[in-house]
Amino acid sequence: MTKAVRLELNGSPVAAVAEGGENLLALLRERLGDTSPKAGCLQGTCGACTVLLDGEPVLACLTLAELADGRRVTTVRGLQDGPRLHPLQEAFMDGFAAQCGFCTPGMLIAAKALLDREPNPTREQVIEAIAGNVCRCTGYTPIVEAILDAARRLAGRRG
Amino acid sequence: MAKHRGRGVASVNYPIGMNLGGDPSQALVHATPTGKFVVALSSIDLGQGMKSVTRQLAAETLGVPVEDVFVDTADSDTGPHCMGSFASRGTHRAGNAVIAAAKEAKQVLLEVAAEELEVDPKDLELDGRGKVQVKGAPSRAISVRDVAQRAHFKRGKSISGRGMFLVPPSDVDPETGEMNPVTTYAHACMVAEVEVDDETGEVTVLSLKAAYEIGRALNVKLVEQQLVGGAWMGISHALYETPEPYYPDRAHGPIDFNEYLMPGPADMCPVQIDLLERPALDGPYGAKGIGEMCATPPIPAIANAIFDAVGVRITEMPFTPEKILKALDAKRGR
Repeated sequence: MTKAVRLELNGSPVAAVAEGGENLLALLRERLGDTSPKAGCLQGTCGACTVLLDGEPVLACLTLAELADGRRVTTVRGLQDGPRLHPLQEAFMDGFAAQCGFCTPGMLIAAKALLDREPNPTREQVIEAIAGNVCRCTGYTPIVEAILDAARRLAGRRG
Repeated sequence: MAKHRGRGVASVNYPIGMNLGGDPSQALVHATPTGKFVVALSSIDLGQGMKSVTRQLAAETLGVPVEDVFVDTADSDTGPHCMGSFASRGTHRAGNAVIAAAKEAKQVLLEVAAEELEVDPKDLELDGRGKVQVKGAPSRAISVRDVAQRAHFKRGKSISGRGMFLVPPSDVDPETGEMNPVTTYAHACMVAEVEVDDETGEVTVLSLKAAYEIGRALNVKLVEQQLVGGAWMGISHALYETPEPYYPDRAHGPIDFNEYLMPGPADMCPVQIDLLERPALDGPYGAKGIGEMCATPPIPAIANAIFDAVGVRITEMPFTPEKILKALDAKRGR
């Protein structure tokens, strides 16, 4: 059973036909060509596929594609404003918070969801927010520091 | 029943690279018509910074801005040969090849510039900002871009260089079994501080402090990044990770990230690292390697700290609560 799915992807209206039971990750990567969410464990335990669905972080590998119909999806590709990187992306780069980069899109999206609801998070809140995202390279500390740094940058931008 | 603190030390003598039938790496450097340089390499960047370090080494040797160097590690089938990104060998082996290739390319660059400026190539130098100039008379200069243009379109020359670095095979002495597999060693010493709960057997790593002697640190931020990530991995090896079941039943073995345990962001302790730079004689600008040894010292340091805390020697990784409690029971004669 196929189903037409219309959604807003990073601000643009898009549509694709999903197979019954197809997950949002496959829809994004294979049908809509947005490969920024990564396919890691495909069972909801690594966080690499995290995207925002109407602003809330979800695991795209465990979300049915058709549930995204009529809703807003934000991937890491939607973070930057034209050529201008999001403060989170800048902080990750400046703080050497990525090595192989496979977990980075999921980390950035999990961090975005945190900063959207809590612009001035504590270290504990940052750790809690990325607790579902596995990183094999960085030892997490640079990622936690980068998210705290991004919160300060965003605060500075708001003046 | 109480929590006990302990401190353990480990020191490391780590070989850079390996040597079975010789350990070679090759690199090719060429200029594009616009005076940018490309390094072709089969030493793959898996996040450790091979591309960044290659860019730095090529730019330093050529005498051009680092922004003007691009690294192509696209395909190990078609690129110059490399044994691979393993054995902590990338910076040392491939780095030396990159320097050799950049030197040869620079020689051609200087020869073409010398023809254009009608001077001896030996009298020329690069200013590091995109110009070739006469030593002592920097107003007599030509941009690297113009040199590349003339080479391509007027003089029919390829500004390029070949680089090769080989640690030759070391035969085994049939009498003693001795061989010399590597040319340089990196060193480290680490102190781990832990807290062991003698009721639950749980170990908390409170801090890791280390000094690493790694030759020249070509990129300090990348070195620190690997050492912090490696410290986490060492804690993971020491206390968490195993493909074997914690209990003697295959059905309890880990099959996914829910069960294959690794420390999360909340389990990470402060890591303090000091770098000691003692340039290696045969390293690229004195560099050794930092790949694998970043994850090894936490393991013995934590084992020693557990012994210091509660007096039991755990000799099999990971040091799980079960093993610690069993050892404590054995020590108490239960």
